[in-house]
Amino acid sequence: MTVTEQRGAHRPAPPSAWQPRTDPAPLLPDARPYRVLGTDAAAEADPALLRRLYAELVRGRRYNAQATALTKQGRLAVYPSSTGQEACEVAAALALAEQDWLFPSYRDTLAVVARGVDPVEALTLLRGDWHTGYDPYEHRVAPLSTPLATQLPHAVGLAHAARLKGDDVVALALVGDGGTSEGDFHEALNFAAVWRAPVVFLVQNNGFAISVPLDKQTAAPSLAHKAVGYGMPGRLVDGNDAAAVHQVLTEALAHARAGGGPTLIEAVTYRVDAHTNADDATRYRGDAEVEAWRAYDPVALLERELTARGLLDEDGIRAAREDAESMAADLRERMHQDPVLDPMDLFAHVYAEPTPQLVEQRDQVRAELAAEAESAGAGR
Amino acid sequence: MTTVAVKPATMAQALTCALRDAMAADPAVHVMGEDVGTLGGVFRITDGLAEEFGEDRCADTPLAEAGILGTAVGMAMYGLRPVVEMQFDAFAYPAFEQLVSHVARMRNRTRGAMPLPITVRVPYGGGIGGVEHHSDSSEAYYMATPGLHVVTPATVADAYGLLRAAIASDDPVVFLEPKRLYWSKDAWNPEEPQTVEPIGRAVVRRRGRSATLITYGPSVPVCLEAAEAARAEGWDLEVVDLRSLVPFDDETVTASVRRTGRAVVVHESGGFGGPGGEIAARVTERCFHHLEAPVLRVAGFDVPYPPPMLERYHLPGVDRILDAVGRLQWEAES
Repeated sequence: MTVTEQRGAHRPAPPSAWQPRTDPAPLLPDARPYRVLGTDAAAEADPALLRRLYAELVRGRRYNAQATALTKQGRLAVYPSSTGQEACEVAAALALAEQDWLFPSYRDTLAVVARGVDPVEALTLLRGDWHTGYDPYEHRVAPLSTPLATQLPHAVGLAHAARLKGDDVVALALVGDGGTSEGDFHEALNFAAVWRAPVVFLVQNNGFAISVPLDKQTAAPSLAHKAVGYGMPGRLVDGNDAAAVHQVLTEALAHARAGGGPTLIEAVTYRVDAHTNADDATRYRGDAEVEAWRAYDPVALLERELTARGLLDEDGIRAAREDAESMAADLRERMHQDPVLDPMDLFAHVYAEPTPQLVEQRDQVRAELAAEAESAGAGR
Repeated sequence: MTTVAVKPATMAQALTCALRDAMAADPAVHVMGEDVGTLGGVFRITDGLAEEFGEDRCADTPLAEAGILGTAVGMAMYGLRPVVEMQFDAFAYPAFEQLVSHVARMRNRTRGAMPLPITVRVPYGGGIGGVEHHSDSSEAYYMATPGLHVVTPATVADAYGLLRAAIASDDPVVFLEPKRLYWSKDAWNPEEPQTVEPIGRAVVRRRGRSATLITYGPSVPVCLEAAEAARAEGWDLEVVDLRSLVPFDDETVTASVRRTGRAVVVHESGGFGGPGGEIAARVTERCFHHLEAPVLRVAGFDVPYPPPMLERYHLPGVDRILDAVGRLQWEAES
């Protein structure tokens, strides 16, 4: 007998009839990534917002190029470029309210800078003169997180704490497609949904976790579909369409702010550059694929829309590029200055007060430095 | 002078009392973990807290240790003081990445801008007949992680005082609770003003002249018992209860060993790569010219924690401690 043939009373019956705990249908993502640019929805987009997104995209593109150049000049230890993903980066920063928090992963320097962090301070980790170069509380930006997905539970906890205190604060957590395989991704989404925490998860699906493509990462219909298993809505958005990403994020943030709980957003995009300057992407993907995505460029996409609608002209394009050039020149100049290092910093901030053992070790280095200085003086 | 009736209380009661007092004193203190709410924890340490302070302040979380500690990080970032319960020593391992990569480093990473005042309570150690994964001594992992304080009480009064200090600390503290001492009793009156013990100070539990037993947590009562038994052999043993493994109180330990000239480190944790190696090295570096014998260790064996019916062969006991004391080259003195 098959299940459909079950009829009549069966004894003993379970103590309570099984019910789905939540209706999965409204949680399901759209069949295709949501788009604004080049569609009818574009007409409803705010022109001022589009211009602002454009200016930030141009700056972001230039920032990536400048930071990559700085690795070649030995000024940065490494740089994971987000070229091709600028729409996600910029929209993430711009969609947040002043009091909200951003939890970036290591590839999200652009979002950090677009949020207001000093462009040089945002590179401290990658220059290597310290770990986090900015005060997280100044712009409400958590440190760039290198261990994958570990920043997601932090975002959930912060959002939960803010809600417990009655504060109007939403946390936006960024993660990549590879990060969705980590246990912390699962635990963060589960906690967020159970607690109905005001948090939004934005997955930038850029096609690769270093070299590993998405089909080796997951068998899910889409990363957005994973939301359903946690009881939160999943949204699928075109990650190269800055207006679409901004809109979907804004809706999800408003939903969270209103007490509706978390949302998982998958932005479909592409990492045009290699994983970092130390990576060779030709070992795992072909030029044709990269060129196809270059032709669907987030900066050009928005530029075309703005130009077609008469919201941007040659002067406007030139002005945006000049602004980006001056940002890059400033970044270059400041990054070419050697950072000031103090070996005593090794022992600073390990604890509120150094332990007796750390005091001993600090004194040892201090004595070594004094001896070094003395012998340098004697040799003169 | 008024006499306060002092009735025996258990370590478990003192811990509960410390949590309650900390929560009452500071609304930022939030208790969270598996079964800590309605049930009051599997060891009942959080008994009554959800009822008294509400389920937001004493929260049952989903069953995921990395998620518990990871969300506690975010809560601490926002100004709360989470007190996280890991149900058992070996169940804390999923949270290890959060502990090592974030909890221990956030203050340092952000040049002091983002301290994380998180207390991670971990019932640890054996001797309760627990089946596999319920009896680990995991302190060496935590000790090897800069940025964490590692604290463990051995008395009822210290359980209260050290837990209050851990929660008040602006640094993350791994608070190791010797689970076989949960039901140990002491004359301790919760109605009296309590002392909050500073973290980082060892204490001499028993004065002696012949040799120093350096120990902590669940091995403290064993060492005290060994010291009593040693009197029959003519040895007058000093017992130092470290209380805090990080920071380490070199001063108290060094002063004791310089006085006695002999030392044995006693702990349940495995000997190889265990705390005893570090302690023996520190003692040797500081007391070499005062030592009459090499510093010895009595530790758990270097085996996975044994099944309950075999654990008595594994745990350092009085006889094994006395054997070690007997090997401290007494003949050199005669």
